[in-house]
Amino acid sequence: MPTGDLIASDQPAADPQAIERAWHVLDEVMDPEVPVISLTDLGIVREVEWRAGQLRVVLTPTYSGCPATEHIELSAKSALTDAGFEQVQIEQQLAPAWTTDWISERGRERLKAYGIAPPVGSAAKPSFDKIIECPLCGSSNTKEITEFGSTACKALYQCNDCLEPFDYFKCI
Amino acid sequence: MQRYDDLTELLLQLGDSAMVQAQRLCELVGGAPALEEEVALMNVGLDLVGQARNWLEYAAERINDGRTADDLVFHRDQSDYRNLLMVEQPNGDFGVTMAKQFLFDSWHYAMLQSLSDSSDERIAAVAAKSLKEVTYHLRRSSEWIKRLGDGTDESHTRMQAAIDKVWHYTFEFAMPAEYLAQLEADRVVPDASSLHQRWIGTVTSVLSEATLVQPEPAARNYLSGKDGLHSESLGYILAEMQFLPRAYPDANW
Repeated sequence: MPTGDLIASDQPAADPQAIERAWHVLDEVMDPEVPVISLTDLGIVREVEWRAGQLRVVLTPTYSGCPATEHIELSAKSALTDAGFEQVQIEQQLAPAWTTDWISERGRERLKAYGIAPPVGSAAKPSFDKIIECPLCGSSNTKEITEFGSTACKALYQCNDCLEPFDYFKCI
Repeated sequence: MQRYDDLTELLLQLGDSAMVQAQRLCELVGGAPALEEEVALMNVGLDLVGQARNWLEYAAERINDGRTADDLVFHRDQSDYRNLLMVEQPNGDFGVTMAKQFLFDSWHYAMLQSLSDSSDERIAAVAAKSLKEVTYHLRRSSEWIKRLGDGTDESHTRMQAAIDKVWHYTFEFAMPAEYLAQLEADRVVPDASSLHQRWIGTVTSVLSEATLVQPEPAARNYLSGKDGLHSESLGYILAEMQFLPRAYPDANW
């Protein structure tokens, strides 16, 4: 084993529990534009590990032009610093490209409770007749108003029964 | 005009085309025909700005003269821009805006499809990410071409006029791109030679469903975006886009 590895694993912070703790911290950091879903629920935290005495966190952006990318990076870093991690390095990784298939079950429930219809189906196996349920009344009688909503990740729908407009988290 | 290696030239063509198209879309803030349309146009623009940044950051690293992606966007003159001529054309009415968007989207889609299998890992990563977004852009612009083309007499006439007006600039999509030949051989752009065929396939199918007449293949002329020979429109775009960072070089967010 190279000497470097021994030094890294000798550091008190490098225990597996610390990694688990870091995941918990990131689980409390909310998306700035959809503040009910955490970074881990969104599936954008790709890796958390120790490297050369630093906590290395790999994030992936949702959309190429998502203006929240830098904000998310900053809030992840400050949450980890506040939790006692001194050396934190955040990296962005593009491949494999983020997909809504990585949103957790809990994340989907939280989106729905917040009034945003979660992505329907799987991006890996696209289907054309998706039924988007109204997150407010549960009706499947809904229509698309426009393919783009208030943020890049959402489309605008309306319920034909309760007549309320609602956001749909696009399946990509 | 500065000329770089083929790979860097490709990155500039992709980055500049996305950037200029995004800038044109931004002109429609406060001026789109409907609120939902405005939101959609801006979302497409936002995706393209993000993609432009990914391409131009890579280009800046390869050029390696201390300039950043921002410097490339805000401090180059038009003869150093490599964007397609199509994206710099004025927006015109909504028909022209959508005709340009559709013709660009269909080219962009075919190009990104090819680049997703690039032997250059960074290009493949940016392309695969962008392709997800551009699939959405293409679907939306195709729907508009069909809806307006196969709509009322008025919308049909105007959509046909819009296609005819900007079709001329598609000669660049068909050009035997000499600089792509080596990149294709190196599998940086794996399917470069089928690019035109895949692009025209999409166009033919959408225009025919839209009951529109597909013009004859456009003739090449002296202009060439990839050689920095632009129409006069690009100068006006850059003048507006670059004014602030040039007048106030220290300005920051």
